[in-house]
Amino acid sequence: MTALTVTESATRKGHPAGARRRSPYPAWFFLPAAIIYGVLFLAPTFASLYFSLTRWTLFNSVFIGLENFVQFFREPFLVQGLVNTVIYAVITSGLKVMLGMLLALLLTSNIIARGYLRSVVFFPVLVSTVGVGITFTVLMHPTQGMINEGLALLGIDGPGWLTDPRLALISVALVDVWKGVGLATVIYIAGLVAIPKDYYEAARIDGATRWQNFWYVTLPLSRPATATVIILSFIGGLRTFDLIWAMTRGGPGFASDTVASVIYKQYQAGFYGLSTAGNVVLFVLIAVLVVPLTMFLNRKQGHE
Amino acid sequence: MKLTKRTLLTGLAAGLLSATGLAGTAYAQTTLTVLVDNSADTVKFSEALIAAFEAKHPDINLELETRPGGAEGDNITKTRLATQSMNDIFLYNSGSLLQALNPERTITPLTGEPVLDRVADSFEQAVTFNGQVYGVPVQPAMGGGILYNRKIYEELGLSIPKTWEEFMANNEKIKAAGKVAVIQTYRDTWTSQLFVLADFFNVQAQVPDFAEQYTAGKAKFATTPAALRGFEHLAEVNAAGYLNEDYGAATYDDGLHMLTSGEGAHYPMLTFAIAAITATYPDAIDDIGFFAQPGDSADSNGLTTWMPAAWYISASSPYQEEAKMFLDFAASVEGCDVITEAVGAAGPYLIDGCGLPEDVPPAVSDMLPYFQEGGQSAPALEFLSPVKGPALEQITVEVGSGTRSPADGAALYDEDVRKQAQQLGLPGW
Amino acid sequence: MSKAGPIVGGIAAIVISALVFLVPFAFIILTAFKDRAQAAALDFTWPASFNLWTNLVEVVTTRNWMLVTAFINSTILTVSSVTLLVVFAAMVGFILARRKSRWNPLVEFLILAGLMIPPAVVPTIWLMQGLGLFGKLHGLVLIEVAYNLPFSIILYRAFIATIPRELDEAAIIDGARPLDVFFRVILPLLWPVTVTNIVVQSVGIFNDFTNPLYYLPGNQNATVQLTLYNFQSQFNTSYNLLFTNILLITIPPLIVFLFFNRQIVAGMTAGAVKG
Repeated sequence: MTALTVTESATRKGHPAGARRRSPYPAWFFLPAAIIYGVLFLAPTFASLYFSLTRWTLFNSVFIGLENFVQFFREPFLVQGLVNTVIYAVITSGLKVMLGMLLALLLTSNIIARGYLRSVVFFPVLVSTVGVGITFTVLMHPTQGMINEGLALLGIDGPGWLTDPRLALISVALVDVWKGVGLATVIYIAGLVAIPKDYYEAARIDGATRWQNFWYVTLPLSRPATATVIILSFIGGLRTFDLIWAMTRGGPGFASDTVASVIYKQYQAGFYGLSTAGNVVLFVLIAVLVVPLTMFLNRKQGHE
Repeated sequence: MKLTKRTLLTGLAAGLLSATGLAGTAYAQTTLTVLVDNSADTVKFSEALIAAFEAKHPDINLELETRPGGAEGDNITKTRLATQSMNDIFLYNSGSLLQALNPERTITPLTGEPVLDRVADSFEQAVTFNGQVYGVPVQPAMGGGILYNRKIYEELGLSIPKTWEEFMANNEKIKAAGKVAVIQTYRDTWTSQLFVLADFFNVQAQVPDFAEQYTAGKAKFATTPAALRGFEHLAEVNAAGYLNEDYGAATYDDGLHMLTSGEGAHYPMLTFAIAAITATYPDAIDDIGFFAQPGDSADSNGLTTWMPAAWYISASSPYQEEAKMFLDFAASVEGCDVITEAVGAAGPYLIDGCGLPEDVPPAVSDMLPYFQEGGQSAPALEFLSPVKGPALEQITVEVGSGTRSPADGAALYDEDVRKQAQQLGLPGW
Repeated sequence: MSKAGPIVGGIAAIVISALVFLVPFAFIILTAFKDRAQAAALDFTWPASFNLWTNLVEVVTTRNWMLVTAFINSTILTVSSVTLLVVFAAMVGFILARRKSRWNPLVEFLILAGLMIPPAVVPTIWLMQGLGLFGKLHGLVLIEVAYNLPFSIILYRAFIATIPRELDEAAIIDGARPLDVFFRVILPLLWPVTVTNIVVQSVGIFNDFTNPLYYLPGNQNATVQLTLYNFQSQFNTSYNLLFTNILLITIPPLIVFLFFNRQIVAGMTAGAVKG
């Protein structure tokens, strides 16, 4: 911050009014961010690329070529973990987009108790993932949990949300949506509010119905918000770890393992090279899915 | 207006940054930090040991720090050692898990220190790596077997089973009486391993050289019938419907609660749980008994034993002398007494001169005969072989829940073990 | 437009939202009021006796008043990181949206990479040790800035693109320097998205668990999420204390939200009217 102020006054002295004007958008604006990011994120990442090719004990590393990657794909549950990861990301981002849009529309309309609803929907975003994980693990307890006790009142025999191997991943994904939908809603609200009123005015003059309003004005014009929500929640879903770890630790058995939890388990076990190779696998998986998605969303955006 | 806001923001940030720089001020007294896991009983006896030590050495100040247990605790321990940011003194497992810490680079060897004269040889072996001894015992020796509720046994007129068949027959009667026969708590996945790990006495009774062959990569769980039995036991108790209904969601503490409240009869567990019961359910401690995991034959009935965790000194600590003083204190008769007073005695101490009080809980007196002359016991596999696969607890959860067959589970575990052996660079893998 | 629609819809929304979003919180609060025995039943029932104060005292004093230290640490961490994030990310977003240069594709790539690549923990620790940042609160501040920059930049860039260029061009013609343009013209206009940034990032960083766990070891450095983690097994027989802790550490994010809630609405309206 201090450096910033100094540079400002220096610029002022060096270029009095009337002197050759430098670009009003100087590239050094990138600099503070670039230094922090480069040193604390990029440098370690590059170092890890090398270590993914080694058997690493942190004190010495033996170069073993691609053996870690071979081993990683032999992990019995990696294939299921890959599938789980994609399922999780699709469910969470899909629901967040749909519910976020729906809630944002509701909360920007002249509904009663709007302030209350906005607060309530955003509230879960405020609670820590660990806290949410603990709370829902208790609520989803198969015999004592409130959810199943509530269902029992309705005569429904509730399932083992987190203990049934077929359900565990979906249950965690639903909690993820519960916690994250408020953020998607806020992004959408910001996007919806930014749509100039003239468009709706023009549509009203043309006699558009509510549905037409939504389909031809709101939806296309909120596409930047949609793109942001999709990309962020999709990447978040692919990388997700905290909540799964807090709620199931990948279990029961390996049923809710994702790539991130497999990586973490290798890391815990002290297989640093293997774990780093897993990082690279996850990175490639994300790149393969997200880069085309981003290009697709941006291309559409450019057409307008 | 805008300028004011900006200046304010700048000043705020700068002020906060300088404030954080001051956060780590030094103490005048010598202060060492001690890292232990955060289970209630560990914290309790560690605090007691520290208090007693500080009373003796007023110039040394020890600060207790806790870390999560289980795999996350392993992770923190390994990361801190590898980055030379480990606390001066730390508590960690003995046996095969120690080997993965790279002790030659990270831990101060104690070989030749007078304190080791007091430590039992059996324990020294569990903390020896390439000829150097690295730690002193934290607690008494442990056994892995079945904790049981004595009241239920009395009510139903059951006797201690010597074979797996008798054990299952007991279970049937307990189930018929409307109680939970076998408590399982798979929310804390590590508790699911007991049937497999505590069966090792029986494995060794049938295949005496299993540990050796296993380390050499020649014997496998899936292809050694005796070793496969542990996995089969897990599946059997589930298939017979002996488990508590919420076994998938129950925690270790739920398990202790069920056992002490008389809801459940058997809980396969390590005997360190006795200290946990003393700490949390002191009124029920006299209702709890213990027996070794029964095998196929009544003739060879014995206990699989565990060495306790150890106190280690970080090689990167600047306070080596002070840390050694603490270890010397912890592994002394005085230290044992402090522990006994804090959490009770959970088994035979591994330090010369440390006796047990007259009135030990029944679970402990049940365990002692196995350790004495003429009793039968064998160390768990993790003290005979450096190889323990990290995914065993997930596999045993699956086998114990009936989602994977025992043979499949054992084969999967063999694969997991191979990875660990390769990481350790053992020959033959 | 009839009045009945919004009212019926509103009531339905209130009921559903209460069931889905408020009941779990009510559960946390009720459990925090109970004594240990009643809390262990995990029921959604009214507390038989009110023990919030006893529970609070016990949670706060546990482990040598660790929670108080943790609150101080977390506050410093959050305020510093968010301040740096807002300024640095807005600067990058501004240039990215305005100046088409050959650097842009690289920067875009790095932003996306930052969102995608899981951080490499151990090499990072090694590097921070070399720089003397490891185990220091300001080191963790920089880590949080590095890890969260991409998200903030994306938010800023999207919204800077909606601000008409004429505004800064007019300022430039009036002789304003780049920093003046940025701080006096652009940054105020970004207030709505800055609020979003502040709320989202401060909540995220305050609630961050993994990074403090790795990069800030030591009791005297604990952050509030670590206390929850530390207490989890120590209190695993006492759900009342565990949920009291959850309740306590949810209060600061709640204050941030209540404080900025009006500003979100006000700021957004201003942003929409500006056109």
